[in-house]
Amino acid sequence: MKTDRVLLDHGSGGLATRELVREVFLSRLSNPSLSRLEDSAVLDMPGGRIAYTTDSYVVDPVFFPGGDIGSLAVHGTINDLAMQGARPLALSMGLILEEGLGMEELDRIARSIARACGEAGVDVVAADTKVVPRGKADKIFINTSGIGIVAEGVDLGSHLASPGDVVVVSGFIGDHGTAILMSREGLTFDVDIHSDSAPLHTLVETVLSACPKGAVRLFRDPTRGGLATVLNEVAQASGVHIEIDEEAVPVRDGVMSVCELLGLEPMYLANEGKCVVVADGKYASGVLEALKGHVLGRDAAVIGRIKGLKGDEKPIVTMKTSVGGSRVVSILSGEPLPRIC
Amino acid sequence: MCLAVPMKVTKITGVQGEPDDFFLPPLATVEAEGVVQQVRLDIVDRFPAEGDYVIVHAGFAIHTLSPEDARKSLELFQEMARDAGEE
Amino acid sequence: MKGSNLYRNPEVVQALVKKIRGVANRPMRFMEVCGTHTMSIFRYGIKGLLPREISLISGPGCPVCVTPAAQIDQMIALSLRGGVTVATFGDLVRVPGSRSSLAEARAMGAGLQVVYSPADALEMAMKDGSKTVVFLGIGFETTTPSVAATILQAARNRVRNFCVFSSHKLMPPALHALFSDSGPRVDGLLCPGHVSTIIGARAYVPVAQAYGLPCVVAGFEPVDILQGIYMLARQVAEGRNDVENAYARAVTWQGNRRARKVTARVFEPVPARWRGLGDVDASGLKIKEEFREFDARERFSLKETEAEEPSGCKCGQVIKGMALPTSCPLFSRSCTPSRPVGPCMVSGEGTCAAYYKYGR
Repeated sequence: MKTDRVLLDHGSGGLATRELVREVFLSRLSNPSLSRLEDSAVLDMPGGRIAYTTDSYVVDPVFFPGGDIGSLAVHGTINDLAMQGARPLALSMGLILEEGLGMEELDRIARSIARACGEAGVDVVAADTKVVPRGKADKIFINTSGIGIVAEGVDLGSHLASPGDVVVVSGFIGDHGTAILMSREGLTFDVDIHSDSAPLHTLVETVLSACPKGAVRLFRDPTRGGLATVLNEVAQASGVHIEIDEEAVPVRDGVMSVCELLGLEPMYLANEGKCVVVADGKYASGVLEALKGHVLGRDAAVIGRIKGLKGDEKPIVTMKTSVGGSRVVSILSGEPLPRIC
Repeated sequence: MCLAVPMKVTKITGVQGEPDDFFLPPLATVEAEGVVQQVRLDIVDRFPAEGDYVIVHAGFAIHTLSPEDARKSLELFQEMARDAGEE
Repeated sequence: MKGSNLYRNPEVVQALVKKIRGVANRPMRFMEVCGTHTMSIFRYGIKGLLPREISLISGPGCPVCVTPAAQIDQMIALSLRGGVTVATFGDLVRVPGSRSSLAEARAMGAGLQVVYSPADALEMAMKDGSKTVVFLGIGFETTTPSVAATILQAARNRVRNFCVFSSHKLMPPALHALFSDSGPRVDGLLCPGHVSTIIGARAYVPVAQAYGLPCVVAGFEPVDILQGIYMLARQVAEGRNDVENAYARAVTWQGNRRARKVTARVFEPVPARWRGLGDVDASGLKIKEEFREFDARERFSLKETEAEEPSGCKCGQVIKGMALPTSCPLFSRSCTPSRPVGPCMVSGEGTCAAYYKYGR
């Protein structure tokens, strides 16, 4: 590239734009659809139900231990598709760049997107870049849409949890949120915590193939708001009481220590490479085994059960604490902020 | 951040003095449970030495425990645990 | 076994619960004064472990919750000034003033930075001379010495763009205010952990003697809290009203003299207004004349204003256990968790907020 910073010119649609698209993006993300540079990608779709999702990525800082906005933008959208049991087929990406963003940083992000796509086996088939004046965006914002195909007989939903079901989590909770907070605040704790950002579609497939149809009720990835928020959403949607065991929830020692120091709870911090699985209690060990047999589910654990509501009890999530007490786990209200008092 | 865990002092930089006599506030490098931090020693009751433990609040040490104190409180706890077990 | 796990050992917890059962021979109501105790009790589900005879009430120990709406308004106004960045502990960001909060101000362009230590706020000021950093000083005796030390450091380094808005409060005067008028409906006080590190366990002797209240200083882990409750219950059963220290690893009888000395160098006690309690003598801290350039109130010529608080707030009574949240005329009408009036609703784990959320 002739310049070392993104300029407004790069968004004008003319020569500078073409140079940016070819040199930074096409050189890394090339695939038959994208390389055509037509107004739309035209894809051959298999028949069946299409899963369709969109997500925007505005993470700050843009680069963090374990990933960056680029890899997050690929994983996050693949995961939204995977949570509905869909096989991801294609992604589109809209990037909004702030005038003045370093070309080297942009290149790094593009390479990261390419790597994430390659590893996940899903292409970005359509993309767009816009440039806004300095100050109108925070370095880079990315919107990623995704389409996937849901196989026949796969019917998952947050409303399907029922009494007797088991609640399983695919691994350690709170890694991403903690890594971001530490990165953003420049905290110098000497403990190695990095984002768990990863694509979960093959993990989901492994679990679905290990159980008979209907045995798995739902998958949810606990991103913003954390595990606590997702459990509350499921409880509400299904009209049930979810009871979890604090001791059973896997949390890394380092994450625990940092959270204690800052007065935060891992249950409310984001995860970008984990999922919650609710399944018929009879298949608990099957689900757990399937998860543990996959590289992204090695630390999976059963964390709780679904119970029915009594009388006019409202949907609720309760937790047996590490000391044997019981508390209500409410939904996150606002950003998790470190406490002093 | 009322952190309950006493943190172990691994290094001290700067020297103690009367509250407003020093220009470079003394710092201690402390660690507990894998977390390493730097804390200020301006207001601690007893100036710690390496190997001591400190209680930390808002980036400042507020109380120093010698390893002996830490051991004694651990013993007290273990006694409590034993009593508990016996009842 | 990890250090803190010792203090969360479920077997020891169960054994302590059993011991409490053994001495709780009649209904006993204890007040936990410190916000961190309230959080810990909630987080570990301790209330549910206690025998029926024991009930716990949260007191005025949440410094953020007792900050009057008028002062929050002043903090918000400061943050909206051009050339000012307000540095604050996370606790304050969502607390409502009479109309708005710091979080909402940030959305309108206010300069706001969450910090973990007052030292970070001074460092911000020293790194960037173009903005004036105003540190929002909240907290009880645990926090004030570090703010005082930071002001001394600012003075030594002749930092021109740093000041503190002091909303600091003192614990013992609040306890006197709570219990001095119409007798306690509380059988004992679970005293704060780290405030006591600074002021010493002996600071509660006047309260124990004047109001016949057993006082036990306790730490924040479940075992610490239960040990504290056990010792309170035992005192009540034995008809005593002593001050006992159950947190010897962090608290001594005489406390941290050095920290108190540093605080006294910079601050002096003044009357202060408490949300829910009203005006209490000598319960707030003002920056001394000698350090007036670091006093945000002086620098920005701020005057105390009367914010409109709907009449009828019964926090003072609720805190003392003399009224249930449901008996307060404002409860769930003009006072809700999203628009709270008094501290009992401001604090997520305050008595009224807990009633509202979980109906108990």
